[in-house]
Amino acid sequence: MSEPFEPVIIGFTCNWCSYRAADLAGTSRVKYPPNIRLIRLMCSGRLDPTFVLKALAGGADGVLITGCHPGECHYLEQNYKTLRRFTLLRRTLAQFGIEPERVRLVWASAAEGARLAVEIGKMVEEVRALGPLNWQGVIADDGDPPIAIYHPQSEWVQGVAA
Amino acid sequence: MSPERIGVYVCHCGSNIAATVDVEEVALWASEELGDRGVVVARDYQFMCSSLGQELIEADIKEQGLTRVVVAACSPHLHERTFRTACKRAGLNPFLCELVSIREQVSWVHTDRAAATEKAMAVVSGGVERVTLHQPLEPLHVPIHPATLIVGGGIAGIQAALEIADSGYPVYLVEREPSIGGHMAQFDKTFPTLDCSACILTPKMVDVGGHPNVTLLTWSEVERVDGYVGSFTVTVRKKARYVDESVCTGCGICTEKCPVRVLDNTYEAGLGYRKAVYRPFAQAVPKYPVIDRENCTYFQRGKCKACQLFCPTHPKAIDFEQKDEILQFQVGNIILATGYDLFDCRRIPQYGYARLANVFTSLEFERLCNAAGPTGGKIVLRDGVTEPATVGIIHCVGSRDHNYNPYCSNICCMQSLKFGHLVKERTGAEVFNFYIDIRTAFKDYDEFYQRVLEDGVHFVRGRVAEVTDAARLPGEEGKLIIQVEDTLLGKQRRIPVDMVVLSAALQPRQDSTEVAYTFGIACSANGWFIEKHPKLDPVATMTEGIFIAGACQGPKDIPASVAQGAAAAARVLGRIHQKELALEPVRASIIAERCSGCRICNNLCPFNAISYDTARMITEINPALCQGCGTCVAACPSGAITGTQFSNEQVLAQLYGLLLLNVSSGPVQQPQPALVPA
Ligand code: FES
Repeated sequence: MSEPFEPVIIGFTCNWCSYRAADLAGTSRVKYPPNIRLIRLMCSGRLDPTFVLKALAGGADGVLITGCHPGECHYLEQNYKTLRRFTLLRRTLAQFGIEPERVRLVWASAAEGARLAVEIGKMVEEVRALGPLNWQGVIADDGDPPIAIYHPQSEWVQGVAA
Repeated sequence: MSPERIGVYVCHCGSNIAATVDVEEVALWASEELGDRGVVVARDYQFMCSSLGQELIEADIKEQGLTRVVVAACSPHLHERTFRTACKRAGLNPFLCELVSIREQVSWVHTDRAAATEKAMAVVSGGVERVTLHQPLEPLHVPIHPATLIVGGGIAGIQAALEIADSGYPVYLVEREPSIGGHMAQFDKTFPTLDCSACILTPKMVDVGGHPNVTLLTWSEVERVDGYVGSFTVTVRKKARYVDESVCTGCGICTEKCPVRVLDNTYEAGLGYRKAVYRPFAQAVPKYPVIDRENCTYFQRGKCKACQLFCPTHPKAIDFEQKDEILQFQVGNIILATGYDLFDCRRIPQYGYARLANVFTSLEFERLCNAAGPTGGKIVLRDGVTEPATVGIIHCVGSRDHNYNPYCSNICCMQSLKFGHLVKERTGAEVFNFYIDIRTAFKDYDEFYQRVLEDGVHFVRGRVAEVTDAARLPGEEGKLIIQVEDTLLGKQRRIPVDMVVLSAALQPRQDSTEVAYTFGIACSANGWFIEKHPKLDPVATMTEGIFIAGACQGPKDIPASVAQGAAAAARVLGRIHQKELALEPVRASIIAERCSGCRICNNLCPFNAISYDTARMITEINPALCQGCGTCVAACPSGAITGTQFSNEQVLAQLYGLLLLNVSSGPVQQPQPALVPA
């Protein structure tokens, strides 16, 4: 590839903490790469894991899920539910043959604009290193489900399709 | 082709946006490329939020018949209301307007103009897709019942009750002890003015007790709260007093005649005695006594009835057959003022409380000082006669200590200074204060500190390691020795004293989590009730209609508790005056035909908005209780729950829009009406 790969990352934010953190990053003019596009939800608990899958299927190379710190959710405890769903989602992604690193969860309070910016920067770099989400390599031509096994310690062991 | 007629407005924000984003280009792109997505006009303008900018939108709505509006400007937290109101003025439902941020989230955080412009386009396209699926919404109006429930009859609750009752609205004041007054009733003097606590408190107690608008329910506890802001149904258990309040005159003869003496662990903090039929203190409000079943000879052994025998009223006010009563009433708002518990000093064994006789807690010391207390206000050792010649006061016992409570209890510095002053004044004893930092931050507090310094009270900076009675050096026999590292001298010191006072931490009530659960509010990790906003909304909670005041929100002194009580009352009064409340229509609702009654969502709601209808075998959501977080929407496996303003379709449409401009990957597929079963 001649041009460096620019990943597209979808970020889900909650209305009360992480979206405000993003606002704060703006008002304090902290810079981060433009590869992330944010969607505002009322709470990270609103995040249906299918949103993440749809984003990946629709062309995003990574998805960042953000919310209030545990114990600080505006709706008391909903981000704990996010955490549970996230854990399951990562496992599901691995089974689909997607590097789980493409989806990550970051807690950011409304005061942590700078930190959110740093996290976004890190994620963009890491997804860039992973390369584009390569569905062609994973999904067989006949549309059969992928036979790919993810080894957390080693790399990809790809199935027949590869 | 979209049936909607969408207007897109891209703001320059002076140069705030225009410097990094090619605003004209974005507007041009939107009108050319998003035409088949429904965009009929796309403009850029210097300041969209100015009145001219708003008029631009209004004119387009009227002249071009726009059905949706997307504004690309600053954060929705800043100007969402502005643009919604503009749409409303032009006759468009305000919820059909979407504000997307290209300032805080694009121009201010990126430097590459081309990349920023492309991202701005993506953001606009996300907004266009989303707004297409927006529904016109109306705010939810709920009527506000004029009555208010106040839980906790300490000074904060009393203040709130008086403010509301004086304004002419009914108040139910529920207190679980036999009398209102709270901790303040136990204190002797209040810092920094050294007013007598009872002298300033009792008039207020009497006012509340006799107020025509106040229904006082002491010896009572709230069992259940149903409903939502504006119309809560409260269930209160009024415990049996075994005294008929309609007959009792409060003469006190029963108490006098009762043969049982009981150690009073509540009001007298274990230093004094009361009878089995008792009023916690002389000025108690209400004046009716309570029979303590556990210690009453009649209840335990079946005979005695001395109180009833001597009761002078006709018929007798003492009623051994009385039962707990369950009361139910309606209120519109609730104020929680449940106060605090004192730290149990036995948890720090090296300080010797409950092992070494002359180690006292701060509350015990208050009772010692109190003229109405067990010693008549004489500061004496546990033997009841000897005046101490030296007193050590230890600050921060159980506070600012990661083994117990990490927070500062706020009042202990001033309280310890006050103790030092009282000891000096009443006994002339030498006083040592052992402190970590002296925190005297409020009005006249530091002046009081200076005054205590002038009194000749000694201050030793350092956390006390141990209080022991094991004498090692001459002069230590028979004394309590305080072992401390004096961090200003940089030396270990052993200071022998006669009496030790532990300034114990304030802690959340031990049942605060259950109380929070009953009322549907949250506790912090430490257990204090959480306010809606720590600075800007300190007395409201995340649950509409529930307010908090006083030390239940965090350690607080009397002035702050009073201020919060009054503040909470003001908030409630504002509500009552409006007669109804408009709630944001961001809510979840259930499509009954799709609900399979699986109940997966039932446990997800912390606001108790979700309930299960056993007859219809489906789940229901109460819109007035729902706060709109959407967690249940995300959980429903059959797509039966939708969230207004944040439906699956809307979020996915925005996602599609955002990915429309996707340089790296192949073509994007049209979003499926995902997650919705056919
Ligand atoms: S509101 Fe931020 S995670 Fe719930």
